[in-house]
Amino acid sequence: MSMHMNPQAEPLLSIRDLKVHFFMDEGVVKAVDGISLDVYPGQVFGIVGESGCGKSVTMKALLRIVEPPGRLVSGEMVLRRPAAVGATEVVDLAKLDARGAEMREVRGGQIALIPQEPMAAFSPVHTVGNQIIEAIRLHRNVDEREARKIALQQFKDVGIPAPEQRLDAYSWQLSGGLRQRAMIAMALSCNPLILIADEPTTAVDVTTQAQVLRLLRRLQEERNSAIIFITHDLGVIAQMADYVTVMYLGLVMEQGPVDDIFHNPKHPYTRALLESVPSIETAPRQDLPTIKGTIPHPFNRPAGCPFYPRCEKFMPGVCDTATPALLPVGRQLVSCFLYQEVSVTA
Amino acid sequence: MMKTESQPLLDVKLLRKYFPIRKGFFRKTVGYVRAVDDISFFINEGETLGLVGESGCGKTTASRCILRAIDPTSGQMLFRNEEGEVVDLAQLNREQLKPLRSQMQMIFQDPYGSLNPRMTLFDIVGEPLLIEGMRNRRQREERVAELLALVGLRPEFMQRFPHAFSGGQRQRIGIARALALNPRLVVADEPVSALDVSVQAQTLNLLLDLQKRLNLTYLFVSHNLSVVKHICDRVTVMYVGKIVETATSHELFVRPRHPYTAALLAALPVADPRVKTGNVELPGEVASPANPPSGCYFHPRCTYCIDRCKAEAPEYREITPGHYVACHRADELDLAGMA
Repeated sequence: MSMHMNPQAEPLLSIRDLKVHFFMDEGVVKAVDGISLDVYPGQVFGIVGESGCGKSVTMKALLRIVEPPGRLVSGEMVLRRPAAVGATEVVDLAKLDARGAEMREVRGGQIALIPQEPMAAFSPVHTVGNQIIEAIRLHRNVDEREARKIALQQFKDVGIPAPEQRLDAYSWQLSGGLRQRAMIAMALSCNPLILIADEPTTAVDVTTQAQVLRLLRRLQEERNSAIIFITHDLGVIAQMADYVTVMYLGLVMEQGPVDDIFHNPKHPYTRALLESVPSIETAPRQDLPTIKGTIPHPFNRPAGCPFYPRCEKFMPGVCDTATPALLPVGRQLVSCFLYQEVSVTA
Repeated sequence: MMKTESQPLLDVKLLRKYFPIRKGFFRKTVGYVRAVDDISFFINEGETLGLVGESGCGKTTASRCILRAIDPTSGQMLFRNEEGEVVDLAQLNREQLKPLRSQMQMIFQDPYGSLNPRMTLFDIVGEPLLIEGMRNRRQREERVAELLALVGLRPEFMQRFPHAFSGGQRQRIGIARALALNPRLVVADEPVSALDVSVQAQTLNLLLDLQKRLNLTYLFVSHNLSVVKHICDRVTVMYVGKIVETATSHELFVRPRHPYTAALLAALPVADPRVKTGNVELPGEVASPANPPSGCYFHPRCTYCIDRCKAEAPEYREITPGHYVACHRADELDLAGMA
């Protein structure tokens, strides 16, 4: 695939044709149905999509924490991690035992998660310090005192005022912004290669959001780690991401550098999504362009391109018969028959 | 009750809602949460007033006071009823409020929590009609069908339950219910923030369309500034229980006069990677309404703070016609808005 941002570097993570299906009594929900992406070191990789597009399930699959009735059906998730000095080790996370020691090492050690709800993510009966120290001691061979020192340094790095006292506080004693900072400190405490931020700012206020986004940017630049940034907020993605993947109903619609996605979108879904958000330029109190219809229920996902029933450019006999492949168009990768040679089947 | 010529549909004067903080065995009141602290604003008939601010600023408390879902501590809420009489909603008792209830309705934030899963659409949308005394089922069915069509739902859905509908469709059901009794004032508390991006636009279009057709007046409570800019005629910004600024939507966004408004605008992530926003960081956190700072509540976070701001609470005044602000330095500051 031709998505190299930095041609010298090899991707840190390559996902190929990942499928995660949920086997329910009522039928099979194909939450993620064959997605591919590459994440490079030092990149902020944005995943944007509406509810049910599979963005969070993809990340759960990456951490191997998909719960039944969900199952990783097929695909590769190759992580390139440093082994001995100068050498890299290649490991396919999809092949590891989800409960095994190696996966536990990856989880939190090499890939860390900042969850959406910082309130629900911390235990209310342990101090935040103890929870971070526990994580550090699980992944690093240090004693309690050393771990506390690391935790304290992390708290300072993420800009928590009075870090000593805050380490001994419970999560419910912290404000939303501080709780989110503590969560970031915890995720970064083991120097992960990849940081997954799953809607990290949806639960916080606008001014706090700006603080958290700036903090993530600064930490990423300092440490040159990669961030996978999941959100439904197009403003946040425009400000944060270097490279963007647009998902819809378990499939990648379009992928490309952030500037091309916002200024030269190719897929009709990307275009419609961008137009439907009121911006500074939209005339006030005029009708906004909309995407007709609603996101289909996952049990009745349309055959062919999942977006065709809502698409302005729907081509009968083409879009409803086969699923378009993700192919290069300009600097992007687009899965749409508009850009492909097609033969109409009656 | 008196008759006046004044234009506003709703004129709120020095509205205050304090929640007592009680401690100890005797539940002694040790302090107050000043959720809404002497705010004044008005809404003209047929216009949309946006009420914005961060969590805990009192915007929801204020809107609930107006609907008398909770009782205000003090202040006046002058409402012009259908006959043109001005009544103070704060002074009325339950019986006196009853005939006015139908004229003020609410659209809720959460389209899942606000619909009873055991009631059909007919029951949900028809309930206000039944309460108002429409006993005839056939009549109610006709009205519910009309309302569902009005919000873009098929009348055949009437016998279905809410679980069969998506978030956007549920929000339409909530809107149909709010409109059942032909209200004049609709309080919409974050009506689109729980919806997907593609569905938000549909819902905003519907709200604008209904306003035109039914001459509705909206109080639009939201924290999403781009949505507020799109839908509102005028905007009121609240911070820790007080109003810091009110102006027409255009003026507020282009030429904010209060540093907090400017900070909110600067913090808004713009959906364009070529425009870098969020570089101006507002330090610190929102003050607690139980223990607000001295002087201007915003002073500990304000870049333009001078000694006067720490000592003296600024007066909420009209700085240019229609533009109200509570800041000592509003005249001298030149704050950046959105281009």
